[in-house]
Amino acid sequence: MGRAGALFAERPVLLAARVIFLWPPDGHALMRTFIMRDENGRTSGSWGAIGALIQIKDGSLSVRDDRMLCEAREVNRELKMTHLGEFNRRDRTWHPPAFDPNYKSTVLRSPNRPLLALGQSTNEMTGPVFGTHHLDPLDNDLIANYQQGGEPIGERIIVHGQVLDEMARPVRNSLIEVWQANAGGRYRHRNDTYLAPLDPNFGGCGRVLTDDEGRYFFRTIKPGAYPWRNIGSDWRPAHIHFSLFGEAFAQRLITQMYFEGDPLIPLCPIINTIPERGGVEQLIAKLDMAEMVPFDCLVYRFDLVLRGRRQTYFENKPEGH
Amino acid sequence: MPVDYLKESPSQTAGPYVHIGAMPAHAGLNLRTQEKLNVLTGPDVEGERIRIEGTIKDGAGSLAPDVVVESWQADAKGHHNQSGFFGWGRAACDPATGLWFIETIKPGRFAARSGKMQAPFISLQLFARGINIHLHTRLYFEDEAEVNQADPVLSAVDPTHRPTLIAKKHKRGSETVYRLDIVLQGEGETVFFDM
Ligand SMILES: [Fe+2]
Repeated sequence: MGRAGALFAERPVLLAARVIFLWPPDGHALMRTFIMRDENGRTSGSWGAIGALIQIKDGSLSVRDDRMLCEAREVNRELKMTHLGEFNRRDRTWHPPAFDPNYKSTVLRSPNRPLLALGQSTNEMTGPVFGTHHLDPLDNDLIANYQQGGEPIGERIIVHGQVLDEMARPVRNSLIEVWQANAGGRYRHRNDTYLAPLDPNFGGCGRVLTDDEGRYFFRTIKPGAYPWRNIGSDWRPAHIHFSLFGEAFAQRLITQMYFEGDPLIPLCPIINTIPERGGVEQLIAKLDMAEMVPFDCLVYRFDLVLRGRRQTYFENKPEGH
Repeated sequence: MPVDYLKESPSQTAGPYVHIGAMPAHAGLNLRTQEKLNVLTGPDVEGERIRIEGTIKDGAGSLAPDVVVESWQADAKGHHNQSGFFGWGRAACDPATGLWFIETIKPGRFAARSGKMQAPFISLQLFARGINIHLHTRLYFEDEAEVNQADPVLSAVDPTHRPTLIAKKHKRGSETVYRLDIVLQGEGETVFFDM
């Protein structure tokens, strides 16, 4: 996501202009925005003040501003305004508890006192804005991004999906980081001493930005299962670690993706920290044969949900009409 | 909440190998070796240069050097994403000393949603093996005693636990260092927030 200034390098012909005001939650209009449309019906705009982040891309307008905490979006050629309120409370009963004696590492790393619930300030309701300039072109291709003259060994797969928030709004232009073991279940990490060999052509590290619909994809090798020291030798099912930034520090989430049909899933103490069966199901990617690449790659679909925020819709009020 | 809301994807531990995805060079990969995610102070950044640092200990008092710390903060004027200051940092612990550090600037103040002014602070999130869902805390500054006193968040914290959120200031050569040692469990346990 670029800064607003960069968006106006090619100004469209001004066919229609309207002025909207963006209201902060306290009701005082702080900024005006001029919206224009070119001959192809594409919308563009200019920004009024106060360093709001305004993004106009492919005909749709979105405004994100960390002081006013509001968002404008074009819907059916009318501008609808949204006040973005606080993020919904995390449903902590849906997430694993901090302490689970069957996952031994939690025993000394789980706080004894309950979390202190507090209201959100700008620091929770904003977050880092990553753009393509932060990424390398091979970041979403784990088959290619660590090759030392050969192809990595293993099952070639593509993982794709959509990131939505709890209100089913796409989480756009946000960073996803992934990391994983190689096909033999070995991580390229100085602390992994599992006897399965490293693959000289596989690093296991990638990242990708979601697009304007919250969609993402990356290509990789299906990771192997591996044993780990827990209560004796437990086994991790094949999995890919996911780290998501969303649009705000409040939405930050790290989780793991599992593979449909893996018999190790119900045996895994880490998966079993998740209280509800429905929560586990959310983390299991489905084989997506409709998208498979003939004679090349299998495809898995994995959708994610981040926290949503309360919002109030209201119509725009064009000035001078 | 209406019943048709989607459920948030459940969290899972970042695991012991989080560095591969978060900071591959630290894991030993020959990838993104130029990245210094714990240095937020470029030449164009306005504000007082500071270093925040600390250790992280578990319930047995042992160092937890595999924890990854992430920080998010306002710029020197108390704004987010407006001045070109990136505001977000990430640090690994030194495997031997357990010390993490982030070179940044002291953030400006800004109001809470209620409109009440907050003391300056930096949000911290912790990710690691044995942490099923990341822990969220705040770092406040020892030399802001007066505004700390009036801060709406600090005021909601039991006074006996407040010191776990306040970084101690000292000088190291010309550098201003704020140190906050985090305790995951037990004696001196850090206050963690649900926000
Ligand atoms: Fe893993």
